[in-house]
Amino acid sequence: MMLLFIAFPIVSVVTQSLYQAHDQVVIEVENCGPFGCTQETSVDTNATAALRAAQPLGQWAGLSIYKDRNHLAFDEVGAAWANRSGVSDFGKSLMNLPFYRAMAFTLTYTAVVTPLTIILGFFIAIAVNAVARALKGPTIFFSLLPMIVTPLVGSLILFWMVDARGILGTGLQWLADDPTLSVKASTPLMWIMLMVYGVWHAAPFAFIVYYAGLQTVNTDTLEAAMIDGASRWQRIRYVVIPHLVPLTTFVALIQLMDNFRVFEPIVSFSAQAHATSLSYAIYNDLGGETRLLSSAAATSVLTIIGVAILLSPVLVRTWRDFGTPR
Amino acid sequence: MSKASARSPSVKALAYGFLIFWLILAAFPFLWTLWGSFKVEGDFFSKADWANSIFGTLTQVETGGSFTGDGYYGAWVQEEFWRAALNTLIVCVFVVTISLTCGTLGGYALSRSTYRYAFWFLFFALIFRAMPPITLVSGYLLPFFEWNLWGRLSTTIVVLVAINQPFTLWMLHAFFKNIPKDLDESAMVDGCTRFQAFRHVIIPVMWPGVITTGLFSFLLAYNDFAVTAMLLSTENQTMVPKLASFLGTTQTKGNVMFAVAAVVSVTAPLFVMIIFFQKQIVSGLTAGAVKG
Repeated sequence: MMLLFIAFPIVSVVTQSLYQAHDQVVIEVENCGPFGCTQETSVDTNATAALRAAQPLGQWAGLSIYKDRNHLAFDEVGAAWANRSGVSDFGKSLMNLPFYRAMAFTLTYTAVVTPLTIILGFFIAIAVNAVARALKGPTIFFSLLPMIVTPLVGSLILFWMVDARGILGTGLQWLADDPTLSVKASTPLMWIMLMVYGVWHAAPFAFIVYYAGLQTVNTDTLEAAMIDGASRWQRIRYVVIPHLVPLTTFVALIQLMDNFRVFEPIVSFSAQAHATSLSYAIYNDLGGETRLLSSAAATSVLTIIGVAILLSPVLVRTWRDFGTPR
Repeated sequence: MSKASARSPSVKALAYGFLIFWLILAAFPFLWTLWGSFKVEGDFFSKADWANSIFGTLTQVETGGSFTGDGYYGAWVQEEFWRAALNTLIVCVFVVTISLTCGTLGGYALSRSTYRYAFWFLFFALIFRAMPPITLVSGYLLPFFEWNLWGRLSTTIVVLVAINQPFTLWMLHAFFKNIPKDLDESAMVDGCTRFQAFRHVIIPVMWPGVITTGLFSFLLAYNDFAVTAMLLSTENQTMVPKLASFLGTTQTKGNVMFAVAAVVSVTAPLFVMIIFFQKQIVSGLTAGAVKG
């Protein structure tokens, strides 16, 4: 009897998990399938054909989609490597290829935003916890805003403000003493703006996690350190920071994942001329008139591989943690 | 900590200054946009003098008052933003209900079973969290075209639930683990069946966890852009993709104010939500961290 009652929800869960697994299998098929999809328009003609019987994916084309100019572009990279006249020149020709351009921005964004987020969040948490307890309520409340708000909306708000006619844009022009300065027109400024948005959006998360962590710091240890003559900075350095290291791994992990899929800010900053990310490349392929499904799928596979590489150390670690019986 | 918290004034001033700086940084853009949404475009983007956008000089010239609801009228009535709002409501309600129903039953079962399913759910939750949703969407599109499911709200709901489910299950699983096993076991000793034990013992105590998880499901459904923009036809669009389409159409028409009004309208419910559920959001965010 009991088994039955335990079993029923489990079965429902298992079917559910199967359902999801099935979804994933479908995706895999899709992603692998488009290996073989050269004629994107064939999707439309076949859509009217029998459900899935008549090869809905189009023709078999091997790995050629991956090798074409929009993705890994082996030929172009090879040519650029052969004709290179220096590292920077090689880099420049790489940046002309859509996939590498997207890759470069995604990686830079991830590498810059993640540490900045962690540092800013940490300092806000320290400041609230140590000194300005009176400001705790409002800080948490207002910090939640940039984080919770729809990314598209949040970045739009910032974008309007840095518009050449908006308040921050005008301020920048005044600061730089250059009335023609426009964030929209310059690639480096656009990159910086996107990263500023990224930090603005993500720092509250780090702050809240750290703040929760600070509540559990052992006060005895802190007092002992103080009696031993540790200065404030030394107390932070040797007592608080070691306590927060596990949290930092957690925050860094979440941030890595989130930053790697940066997407919405590019849409609302209309930054595609200056910066594209992998997600944006997929969106662009899917959203056009032609719906380049195969191209999008190829980029998706490459993105997933990227995520897998990024996360593999963490996954291995969780595997080990769970592997030991608790 | 009584002595430890006695700080020198300079450090105190520094910390307060830093925090106030951060508060301004976090809140000012929202206040600015809210204020500006009641102005005309010439004021919101004031080329001549930034003070215009505060005092609404051009707004007074154009409409007679220093505040105008034109942007809201244009967005909600003229561009039929209310339809998008309604769609958002439908999507959110269904996503939250479905994922919570499956999540509570599944999470409870998982937490009471002996086998280590937990790892696999953590694993899937991680994978789904890490993968950009748009990569999944590119996989969904083709079959949906084939089966003629594309563009419907129900399809989007199913996809959102599927993306959300591992996370929901994992969060509720962790939560149910914290409810002592003795509770439902003693109910069963007293003659309850497993299901009765769940209904009469577990359901009354599970609400905090369910509300927190529900909030996050809601946020996912509400904030999603990639899935909704790709899977919904124009007349079924929810608020966020609708907003993105404003950018395409209205910027050329010179009606950016529609988009500004829409942005404020999208933010308002979230703002209210933070006011009421701040505690649950914070606890949900930290739950994963504290448990490692």
